[in-house]
Amino acid sequence: MVFHSVVLDDEYCKGCTNCLKRCPTEAIRIKNKKADILKERCIDCGECIVVCPYHAQDSITDDLRDLNKYKFNIAITSTTLYGQFPLDVKIDRIYESIKGLGFNYIYDEGRAADIIALTFNDILEKGTNNFPLISSLCPAVIRLIQIRFPSLINNIMRVESPMEIAARMAKKEVMNKYDISSEDIGAFYLTPCPAKYTSIREPLGIKKSYMDGAIAIKKIYGDLVRNEKKISGECGFSKGSSKGIGWSRVGGQSMAMGIKKYVAVDGIGNVIKVLEEIENENLKNIEFFEGYACVGGCVGGPLNVENPFIAKSRIRQIYEDNEYKAEKSKEEIEEYKELFKSGYLSWTEDIEPRGALKLDDDMFKAFSKIEEINKIAESLPGLDCGSCGAPSCKSFAEDIVCRGANIENCIFMIK
Amino acid sequence: MNNSKDKNKIKLEYSIISNDFKRAGETSSNIKSILKKVGIDNKVIRKVAIVTYEAEMNIVIHSYGGNIKLMVEGNNIIINAYDKGPGIEDISLAMKEGYSTATDEVRELGFGAGMGLPNIKKCSDYFKIESSTEGTRLLIKISF
Repeated sequence: MVFHSVVLDDEYCKGCTNCLKRCPTEAIRIKNKKADILKERCIDCGECIVVCPYHAQDSITDDLRDLNKYKFNIAITSTTLYGQFPLDVKIDRIYESIKGLGFNYIYDEGRAADIIALTFNDILEKGTNNFPLISSLCPAVIRLIQIRFPSLINNIMRVESPMEIAARMAKKEVMNKYDISSEDIGAFYLTPCPAKYTSIREPLGIKKSYMDGAIAIKKIYGDLVRNEKKISGECGFSKGSSKGIGWSRVGGQSMAMGIKKYVAVDGIGNVIKVLEEIENENLKNIEFFEGYACVGGCVGGPLNVENPFIAKSRIRQIYEDNEYKAEKSKEEIEEYKELFKSGYLSWTEDIEPRGALKLDDDMFKAFSKIEEINKIAESLPGLDCGSCGAPSCKSFAEDIVCRGANIENCIFMIK
Repeated sequence: MNNSKDKNKIKLEYSIISNDFKRAGETSSNIKSILKKVGIDNKVIRKVAIVTYEAEMNIVIHSYGGNIKLMVEGNNIIINAYDKGPGIEDISLAMKEGYSTATDEVRELGFGAGMGLPNIKKCSDYFKIESSTEGTRLLIKISF
């Protein structure tokens, strides 16, 4: 993988080791008092962004300037956006504020989530040998599986994310309504998540994303709040149902699907533990697993502004609000089922394992490296203090054997 | 963990303590992580993970303790699981899906569904079980 949304700003980094231990793929090392991200291991989950006290870790996303590239711009609103405002700010007012940023059209991601929920139901009904099936929603979890749980790749549902489907449907809708060609339309995701941005630039499961870019919610939040104070009216764009909007919090997918045999997990550390259980085949009686890298689900995404728990509570209240309860008509359901059958919602490409953990192409050489690593690890203090720049003594031992680290970087060895 | 010094051999050995639910699962997860680092095929790792996990849990739950050895020889992964007794009374019953002699306490912990040995057999290319009051020995081969 070449592109990563998560980047480090050297100027702010103090080499403090806070991010070091939180990284779920042990992709961070501290070198010369600055954090360094091992690109082949990074899954863009954004844990380091959340934990960095100096805000040195950040995420690359697009800017409002990029709207100038297109004649007609669509904002695809991540459903977490609605949790960023107090509930008395109605969604239609948020839409009007977004238009004030220079967008011509708004398409709610929740509308696509409604469709994907039906698709997931369809897949579950068909049954599989690979229970539990794993939701394809969280791109950081998919990338985690590629690196740490490659044997579970076949459990992942081969369905595109609501974000991607929203971009396709939005462009189609706009072209039906207005006389405009597709190259003149820009679709921008208002994103809570760096991994989503990476998925636009380097998608998994498809060759090219229909999304033209993404802008971090926190980048435009100030403008939105100011706009909201100024606007007089509100504008009506179609919205997803409360169930579709509910996808932004953990458990939301399974609730939208109306299923019982599911496990919903948030927080990348917890996700890892449950994926271990799935790998050991301890969850065969579970049909569906939804995992989120972020605490609370997408509402906990590092590019949001509001506290995840407050945002989550608001999304729950929207979910329970009768105003947004909308059942799909039979015709609509049939239409969506046809869409799935036609392949419009599915992955076209296979997801490959990322062998970032493999120590050597030769199995026996790799094994003797493991033995060497274990021997060195035994001689280290086992405090996992991080002073050497590696997240644990074990990974430091691996760095010594595989990446040329010097054992004298351990402050206990030179004492 | 004792590893051999031979250049062209992969040998792992772990001892398993009876009734130690704190450490239960560590051996199989250790084996899994080593095989990932060695670069064994994912489908094979999955089978090995299930076999070693179930064997480990069997030793923890049902035996007085024992050990698990794993070797890579040619295109085979050979797994030996051995325990010090008390042995399986009726092997053909134990091989039946859903049959279990686990206590209620163990079941409350979420184990003892009676799928252990059947699952192990399902994942193996060669499977042999011997049991007496002296102990139980499993020999499993998984080819890649």
